Amino acid sequence: MEDLLRISNLSTSFFTHEGEVKAVRGISLTLKQGEILGIVGESGSGKSVSMMSVMRLIPDPPGRITGGEVWFNGRNLLALSEREMEKIRGSEIAMIFQDPMTSLNPTLTIGFQIKEALKVHRRISEAEATRETIKLLKLVNIPNAVQRIRDYPHMFSGGMRQRVMIAMALTCSPKLLIADEPTTALDVTIQAQLIQLVKRLRKEFGMSVIWITHDLGVVARLATRVIVNYAGKIVESAPVETLYDSPRHPYTLGLLSSLPTMTGNRKKTLYAIPGQPPSLINLPPGCSFAPRCLYATPRCSETEPSLNQIAEEHYTACWETVKTKGVLKRIDE
Amino acid sequence: MKVETLVSIQNVKKHFPIRKGFLQRQVATLKAVDGISFDIRKGEAFGLVGESGCGKSTAGRTLLQLYKPTAGSIFFEGEDVGKVGRVGLKQLRSNMQMIFQDPYASLNPRMSAGAIVEAPLIIHRYGSKKKRKERVRELFDLVGLHPSFMERYPHEFSGGQRQRIGIARALALQPKFIICDEAIAALDVSVQAQIVNMLQSFQVSFGLTYLFIAHDLSMVRYLCQRVAVMYLGKIVEIGEVEDLYSSPCHPYTQALLAAVPIPNPVLDRNQEEVVLEGELPNPADPPSGCYFHTRCPKAQEICRREIPEFIQNSAGHGVACHFAKLPE
Repeated sequence: MEDLLRISNLSTSFFTHEGEVKAVRGISLTLKQGEILGIVGESGSGKSVSMMSVMRLIPDPPGRITGGEVWFNGRNLLALSEREMEKIRGSEIAMIFQDPMTSLNPTLTIGFQIKEALKVHRRISEAEATRETIKLLKLVNIPNAVQRIRDYPHMFSGGMRQRVMIAMALTCSPKLLIADEPTTALDVTIQAQLIQLVKRLRKEFGMSVIWITHDLGVVARLATRVIVNYAGKIVESAPVETLYDSPRHPYTLGLLSSLPTMTGNRKKTLYAIPGQPPSLINLPPGCSFAPRCLYATPRCSETEPSLNQIAEEHYTACWETVKTKGVLKRIDE
Repeated sequence: MKVETLVSIQNVKKHFPIRKGFLQRQVATLKAVDGISFDIRKGEAFGLVGESGCGKSTAGRTLLQLYKPTAGSIFFEGEDVGKVGRVGLKQLRSNMQMIFQDPYASLNPRMSAGAIVEAPLIIHRYGSKKKRKERVRELFDLVGLHPSFMERYPHEFSGGQRQRIGIARALALQPKFIICDEAIAALDVSVQAQIVNMLQSFQVSFGLTYLFIAHDLSMVRYLCQRVAVMYLGKIVEIGEVEDLYSSPCHPYTQALLAAVPIPNPVLDRNQEEVVLEGELPNPADPPSGCYFHTRCPKAQEICRREIPEFIQNSAGHGVACHFAKLPE
């Protein structure tokens, strides 16, 4: 399959009074047509900032994309003018966020807002736009779509608002949907509905999806491939089954071991990764996970490992995995 | 081992009036908590789960008398909390503490971390200034914060550290009972495990009893001994964690459990198909009969008409559903 998106060596920093916050430190990834890529990481791991950089939505100042290339459909997005980029946003790449209330205008009806998006991108008549809006709302399973286009955002529940956002994102049948923690604020039952919806839309429209989350469970349910971020870098990348079955980076291993499960032994103490994520202003030399890592050797705190291929489609940035060529001992065993 | 009850909740209701118009006439009643009963045993961790809006947080707050219950009684160590009066309540509150979800909103940004933890000690007249400082230092040590952090202000801490301050404050008066209202929901995965392990070790070392109000079912399974599932202000199922997770009887519990994504793609794909349709109905205007019938895949005519009775077996596994069969 063809690569829809290819990011190489993307770096983004925020320049603050305290110094340069290196939020994204050289991220490279590719996304194929129709793939659902999960990006996992804790707050401050650079997962959102990297995708905001792809959309060129980093507020400048204080932020700036300091390097790299983002190839989308044969064009380098970082080299485009703001006007050209505006055409891509919404029509080819759409983005939805955690809190749909901040992305919707509270003083305008849902119908008006979706119609506006349609008219901007497609130049269609009012009546056609209304028909299309109702069709889109039905597509994302909003009951009574015909009546609800007259409702305002506050009259919708959180889950319904997120559906409206998805409908709006679909107005121009984008090739890529970037979803930044879209279900984090929602109940598990509503989250399950939305995951099912996105999977269906991907099948129907062949849309690619990048789903940013901190929830390893959501990724397991949804993604075909997973990227694990830590302190602004990718530390592991693998197909979803491989990542959960044989994680090779100690951080991924630690994350998976620190989760309570629905089936495992519940008397056992959870593994807790010691310490805190590092400050992105004063990063430790070497591997940024080394101070918290159980397998760290002196080399780890001196030189930073790069992302290496260790198996087919499986990459990790760790000196120890590269050296041993074997699976690290699982912490929970 | 003798089972001792620490907190007993008997048919507690909390209704909020909905007022409208210039004269603020009451137009409706929101039954946030509508007749719940359960006992929390000494030394156990009891989980209260449900979707947002089901009344679980209101239940917790009513328990601490932060809301006055509309009806029903709450007993703490056999004493009716609603009848102890102001002085008695202050006494009781030193034994019942709360840890909140948002560690930022629940810490005063103008007070240093040390002052925040010291506040309950001052209110409850704990020793001299020197003794209080000693206790605060001890508490900081206990929750894994460096004593030098006492001078810092909340904004200087990370989410996990702030939650540690909240825990230190809750522990200051050596309470017997702590309500954790979504205490770990806002934390990062790697920090979550640290806090959970800490709470568990305190449960053992201080003989604490917890009420965990949570929406994360896998965490509740891990932390709690017993659990109650709430839906629109009522308890629909209650039981030992082992029983309830392995053989959930209420269709709502079943759907809720199936909705939790398992961090294992192979296992998860097996359970994914059961997706609960619809959303929580408006609690101010609940459906007739069984409140769950509008979303229930098994609903029949009787569910629309009659409110199901709450039945319980000898193992304490209880359910409110017309068609549920409890294991013997």
